[in-house]
Amino acid sequence: MPDIPHRPLPTSPEAAPPQPSAASPTRRHVVQGLGTGTAALALAGLAPSAGAQAVPQGGTGRAGSATPSAHTPPAPDAPRFFSPADFALLRAACERIFPADTQGPGAIALGVPNFIDAQMDTPWGRGELWYMQGPYRPDAPANLGYQLPYSPQQIYRKGLAGVQAWMRQTHQAAFETLPPEEQDRILEALEHNATQFDGLPAAVFFEQLRTDTIEGAFSDPLHGGNRHLAGWTMMGFPGARGDYMDWVDQYDTPYPYGPVSISGETA
Amino acid sequence: MTEKTLSPVDVVVVGSGWAGSIMAKELCEAGLSVVMLERRGRRSTARDGAYPSSLDELEGAVRYKLFQNPADTTVTVRNRMDQEAVPYRRLAAFLPGAGVGGAGLHWTGVHFRATPQDLRLRSHIVERYGRAFIPEGMNLQDYGVTYEELEPFFDRAEKVFGTSGEAYTVGGKATGKGNIFAPDRSDDFPLPPLRDVYTAHLFRQAAAEAGYHPYAMPAANASQPYTNPYGAQMGPCNFCGYCSDYACYMYAKASPNVNIMPALRRHENFTLRSNAHVLKVLLDSTGRKATGVVYQDAEGNHITQPAGLVILAAFQFHNVHLMLLSGIGKAYDPVSNTGTVGRNFTYQNITNSTVWMPPTRSTDQFIGSAGGVAIDDFNCDNFDHGPHGFIGGSPLWVNQAGVKPIAGAKATTPGVPRWGSAWKKAAIDTYRHSFTINAQGSNMAYRDVYLDLDPTWRTSYGQPMLRMTFDWKDNDIRMNRYVIGHLEGIVKALGARDVQYGMREEGKPFDVRAYQTTHLCGGAVMGEDPKTSALNRYLQSWDVPNVFVVGANAFPQGMGYNPTGLVAALAYWSAYHIRTQWLKGNGGPLVTP
Ligand SMILES: Cc1cc2nc3c(=O)[nH]c(=O)nc-3n(C[C@H](O)[C@H](O)[C@H](O)COP(=O)(O)OP(=O)(O)OC[C@H]3O[C@@H](n4cnc5c(N)ncnc54)[C@H](O)[C@@H]3O)c2cc1C
Ligand code: SF4
Repeated sequence: MPDIPHRPLPTSPEAAPPQPSAASPTRRHVVQGLGTGTAALALAGLAPSAGAQAVPQGGTGRAGSATPSAHTPPAPDAPRFFSPADFALLRAACERIFPADTQGPGAIALGVPNFIDAQMDTPWGRGELWYMQGPYRPDAPANLGYQLPYSPQQIYRKGLAGVQAWMRQTHQAAFETLPPEEQDRILEALEHNATQFDGLPAAVFFEQLRTDTIEGAFSDPLHGGNRHLAGWTMMGFPGARGDYMDWVDQYDTPYPYGPVSISGETA
Repeated sequence: MTEKTLSPVDVVVVGSGWAGSIMAKELCEAGLSVVMLERRGRRSTARDGAYPSSLDELEGAVRYKLFQNPADTTVTVRNRMDQEAVPYRRLAAFLPGAGVGGAGLHWTGVHFRATPQDLRLRSHIVERYGRAFIPEGMNLQDYGVTYEELEPFFDRAEKVFGTSGEAYTVGGKATGKGNIFAPDRSDDFPLPPLRDVYTAHLFRQAAAEAGYHPYAMPAANASQPYTNPYGAQMGPCNFCGYCSDYACYMYAKASPNVNIMPALRRHENFTLRSNAHVLKVLLDSTGRKATGVVYQDAEGNHITQPAGLVILAAFQFHNVHLMLLSGIGKAYDPVSNTGTVGRNFTYQNITNSTVWMPPTRSTDQFIGSAGGVAIDDFNCDNFDHGPHGFIGGSPLWVNQAGVKPIAGAKATTPGVPRWGSAWKKAAIDTYRHSFTINAQGSNMAYRDVYLDLDPTWRTSYGQPMLRMTFDWKDNDIRMNRYVIGHLEGIVKALGARDVQYGMREEGKPFDVRAYQTTHLCGGAVMGEDPKTSALNRYLQSWDVPNVFVVGANAFPQGMGYNPTGLVAALAYWSAYHIRTQWLKGNGGPLVTP
């Protein structure tokens, strides 16, 4: 049975938490605003701290609280790389990409945002696994692959700051405070590359987010996501069992065992 | 940085994958002092394939723990000569190996012989269809070696790899099993075939029902415990599904690390130096003789290793790169159609189709190995090409090497959103109830598809990168579409609820963003004519006869099968002729042009 998270995000606008008063009229703005983002963003500036007071939605509520002082140990779910504001947005976006539903838990319950946060401080996050020397040809045909000068860390910094500024401009509200339906529309706009954030096409940011959300949901829990192996349970993947000798040719019997992780955790 | 010259050795082998390990073993057996240089670190199954920590999809198949890091060195890619090539910045389409064992540590293990037709494709096509059948601009060529000549070396490689499979005929006698299109063998496979996983079993039944000829794919995954001729021991494959991209913790998948290195290390005349990146082969003033190589060590020192014989076994495109950087042979120029180094660069023309079975059927895609079930009815020239006007073919197969959930979830279903609840539902359904049928096709060589040095980008060693100019051409697109057209009968017999045919499309260029295969071929091909091949039939450079270049670079065009069985056989073939002829001669060419 899929494991239903204790604090599911609202999946219908009816169940959404109270919205800032600006919320409903801006729904139309998003659609109208598509494509105009670039120029406006340049004016709006991309201060990463903006939106830090955003009200977090769902989850534990820690992510949106003030940065812990040097004396308090960081809460287990507090981000290490992202600012609280960035993290609040990241959490909300991941949850829309991978929502809690009848299939099972969503990205937040699976620890996906924390997974992404942890991945930022790895050789991959720093761009050390990509060729990052110029000259860069960002306008090369897409089929020739990634040609931007940004590491994953930079993609997230620019992408999150860009979305925040864009939201301020079009919605006068933080992404994570908008109803899920609205959030979906915004994500769709990113997916279809409706704007760009200081040289970073929105679609590049979206694809990175989508990819990393999937990776967080389905990688071994040692990386911080797939909590309680719930991602694997949902998919029907037995994890690190690594031995199907007795099951290869039992054609009429689906494989019966649940997942186990590298550390030996079982679902 | 300091520069240093070491004392001379008989042989320097560049690269520690299958090609390098086989060559080093053979030349050590011949009593020569052999230094093997590997650009990256030591690797072993005990460490890199440890259970359960190696069963980590994120580290293994997403962050590419065992692969070449593009930050270190990569290539540039373009589709056409009138474009600017740009760097392959993130690994995706192909995944070159790095570290001791090379790609042999993390390959899957599908282990084919080449067919007699493949080895003399040009002659075969001309004999059956006439010269005019070869399209303008296609450089169709023979290898210069026949199946009969290579047979003992295919056999040798299978015994070293511990290959599991089912023979069709042995010594001309039918076994009642196997691939009816397979050429005769001098001996059976060393091990019986792996058992069919469920999806392969379904494919076997459906293909037979549709009138085709299914057989168990040969795999260098031991179906039983096995000891190879070098005394290396393999455990039985338990279908863990972590062949492709990982080291096998069961010691069941053949790798240079498990099957050759232990024996190689026992030779006192063998030295392995890791973290030794070869920058170039040094030539004497005549340019006709190699004097050794220069490499960069982990501290950045440049070290000269003099040697009497240089074996390049650094992988297909690295071999071509090193030849171009060193001035071995003449660089290919597609405009004047002269030169041979870089010519006939090819790939594997693969497309994947997905079938969805009824929801009552769990396809258990996580169970897997390099085995599977294939049909060869549309491979090679096993069907009459006359009415179709293209050259080449594809086997069709279910080769379920274990689908893990990240890869499963990233696959998207047409018509279904790529995220959100609807996607989640579809992804779970697809993971649980679908499977993939691959058409792994041949890829012909063309005048304007080639390798050369990039004018702009440099590797971290300060050398010009290798530039790939590659695209899919009409002949290969039509071949793929023809073969996929025949999947329908099989899909029908499967009782599939849905299918998505993966096909090449006219106008859709080669795309580096999605994994295809690491079956890159050509660029320094073997042959009988020094005008159209960089190497003679023994893999010896026509121009610098104490350099042998071993790898899939030698294939004049890409075949339907995976390359490594042929790479290994060619290595044994080349080593045999070095041992029996070259060492006894004056170090000159084994073939006079
Ligand atoms: C995921 C995956 C699955 C595969 N599955 C199959 C399969 O099922 N069947 C099949 O037939 N083939 C398969 N292949 C292809 C197969 O791995 C290769 O054909 C084969 O391993 C090539 O062997 P090689 O010795 O020529 O090169 P490699 O194994 O690549 O070895 C070359 C070595 O040379 C080193 N090197 C490179 N440049 C230098 C330098 N300048 N100085 C020093 N060292 C250098 C590299 O680091 C590397 O270790 C697969 C490949 C991949 C990546
Ligand atoms: S499937 Fe078999 S050969 Fe492949 S890694 Fe697992 S045990 Fe090894």
